[in-house]
Amino acid sequence: MHNAAQLVLLLIVLSDLAVLGTTRLTSCIRGLAAQGVLLGLLPLLLAPQLSVHAVSLGLGTVVVKAVVLPWFLARAIREAAVRREIEPLVGFIASLLLGALAIALAFAIASRLPLPATQQSLLVPVSLATLMIGFLVLTTRRKALMQVVGYLILENGIYLFGLTQTESVPFLIELGVLLDVFVGVFIMGIVVFHINREFDSLDSTRLTELSD
Amino acid sequence: MRLLAICALPLLAALAVLGFPVFRGRRVPVGLLAVIALAHLFLVATLWAVPEPAALGGWMAADPLGLTVLTLTSVLFLVTVTYTVGYLRREKPRSGRVFAGGLLAFLSAASVVSLAQHLAMLWVGMEATTLSVAPLVFLRRDRRSLEATWKYLVISSVGIALALLGTFFLASAQVDVPGRPLVLSDLLEHARELHPAWLRVAFLFLLVGFGTKMGLAPMHTWKPDTYGEAPSLVSGLMAGALTSCAFLGVARVTEVVMAAGLGAFAQPVLIGFGLLSLAVAAVFIIGQSDVKRLLAYSSVEHMGLLVLGLGLGGVGAYGSMLHLVNNGLSKGWVFLVTGNIVLATGSATAAGNRGLIRTLPVSAALLVLGLFAVTGSPPFGLFMSEFTILRAAITAGHPWIAVAMLLMLAIIFVGMAALVLGIALGEPEPGTAPVRESPWLVTGPVALAAAVLMLGVYIPGPLHDVLARAAVALGGNAP
Repeated sequence: MHNAAQLVLLLIVLSDLAVLGTTRLTSCIRGLAAQGVLLGLLPLLLAPQLSVHAVSLGLGTVVVKAVVLPWFLARAIREAAVRREIEPLVGFIASLLLGALAIALAFAIASRLPLPATQQSLLVPVSLATLMIGFLVLTTRRKALMQVVGYLILENGIYLFGLTQTESVPFLIELGVLLDVFVGVFIMGIVVFHINREFDSLDSTRLTELSD
Repeated sequence: MRLLAICALPLLAALAVLGFPVFRGRRVPVGLLAVIALAHLFLVATLWAVPEPAALGGWMAADPLGLTVLTLTSVLFLVTVTYTVGYLRREKPRSGRVFAGGLLAFLSAASVVSLAQHLAMLWVGMEATTLSVAPLVFLRRDRRSLEATWKYLVISSVGIALALLGTFFLASAQVDVPGRPLVLSDLLEHARELHPAWLRVAFLFLLVGFGTKMGLAPMHTWKPDTYGEAPSLVSGLMAGALTSCAFLGVARVTEVVMAAGLGAFAQPVLIGFGLLSLAVAAVFIIGQSDVKRLLAYSSVEHMGLLVLGLGLGGVGAYGSMLHLVNNGLSKGWVFLVTGNIVLATGSATAAGNRGLIRTLPVSAALLVLGLFAVTGSPPFGLFMSEFTILRAAITAGHPWIAVAMLLMLAIIFVGMAALVLGIALGEPEPGTAPVRESPWLVTGPVALAAAVLMLGVYIPGPLHDVLARAAVALGGNAP
């Protein structure tokens, strides 16, 4: 079980990098969906024994993060007929280098945190790396849709950190968090759709009418 | 039971509005809104008369801090609903269902935030408040409101995500400490056993996260756009009630940090954010030409004052609590009368609006009075609360903070007066006839103005008692 969890965590880092390095929006969303499946596996692998709590958390995560939201975002892309992120504010090679830097930084920070000895060794660094890469995607991509993807990766990083605290966060609350993320992305998706219709583009840098 | 009903009643109504086909179309179910608003305020009022034991195994309780925010939200909601009656005669939202559903969902989420004693539950409610008002900001469905909604959603979502991380950090501080995880009373009871390093990081993340929702500088950038583009009644509800909920989030973690004896770490951070917000507001208020954006920066200023009072401690904590009430009521008041100007003339900008005191006498007079109230002039309540915070700065031995605060309040006064008096006074454009002002559109602001005026001269005993107990919980004391 332990080794399987480590493997899944490594795959999560790879999915982060995959989203960071691809130009095609549909590939990014596939990467996001894959990450959702991996996140859903983790509660099962980390739980000391299979419990209703772990199974339902995993199931809820897969349904929301690997099926519903990617499907919804893919639909938004189809309707908007955009395929690629062209000229992000930071180039793809530079993004990947920054991503690698984020991973190194995450391991450096995690090794200095006062963590209980029983923690999974990779969980916290992977969580921090995912968080930072999500933030990177959110701030350096021009397409509004990619910013939603970045927000979801950021949220996934926080979810991973939350897994260190499974016994302290009751199921009802986890459900609430998941529901909030779902509704949030749903509303963002609707706004993205309207941005496309109003501006004939998903480019959020065109939103510049309001300023002081 | 009452605590659950306060949260569930508006939620069920929101689900009914969004779910039942009867509510399709543009018609807004104002009757339903009114019934829920009255029932909610009635239930909240009974909490003042007869205290209620904690519910849901200690996850929910109406403590002094939460009760203050809950009552403020409930009062503002009722006022907003009465205003809606007049508003709907002039303007029809595209979808009545989204309008009413969003408002009701917000009331429910804000009630959850106010009553939550479990900090993760508080987070869930807080995120729900963000999401429930987003469709209301987008009500006009034009380019400008689209841009405002997008900025609001992205910035708030990232902020609130950081707050979730902060909540998990707080749970990490509690590992190996007795007590139920993340339940406020247990956190406070064992505060000194919490891991100090985790607690410090948790405090910073929660402050930045919920501070983004409050609109503290430098995380305030969504605020002028959102308040400027949202319908005024939504802006009023956000500036009065939603920011108060966000402040409650900051106050909760401050309670824990103070009880843990980390005041020396937390207080300078709070003071820093407070002064920065005041400074940013002062810089951007000068030369504003849109009243709604002006009020947004005024909101940044008042959020700054709230955390400043919290950071100064002592009577400053009481000042903050009193200021929370004053700010909430006065923001509702000024945004609603600004809404009247927008309804009558199409905008609330300096261009094209002059001499409103002739064409819209009641609203313009209320706006000018509101200018004096919001800038903390006597005899309004905000003068009392700002004075209390000022006194805290001097008694805590920070005279330079008091001087800086006074200086920035003076600049803000000049900047606000220039715009508001400019559009209210003078001769109206030739050919503009006086507009009839519907009682529905002015009664609410008048009631709020009366309340703010009353708080300037007399604070009712029960209110003083609750605010004083809240101040003690925040590590301060009553004057």
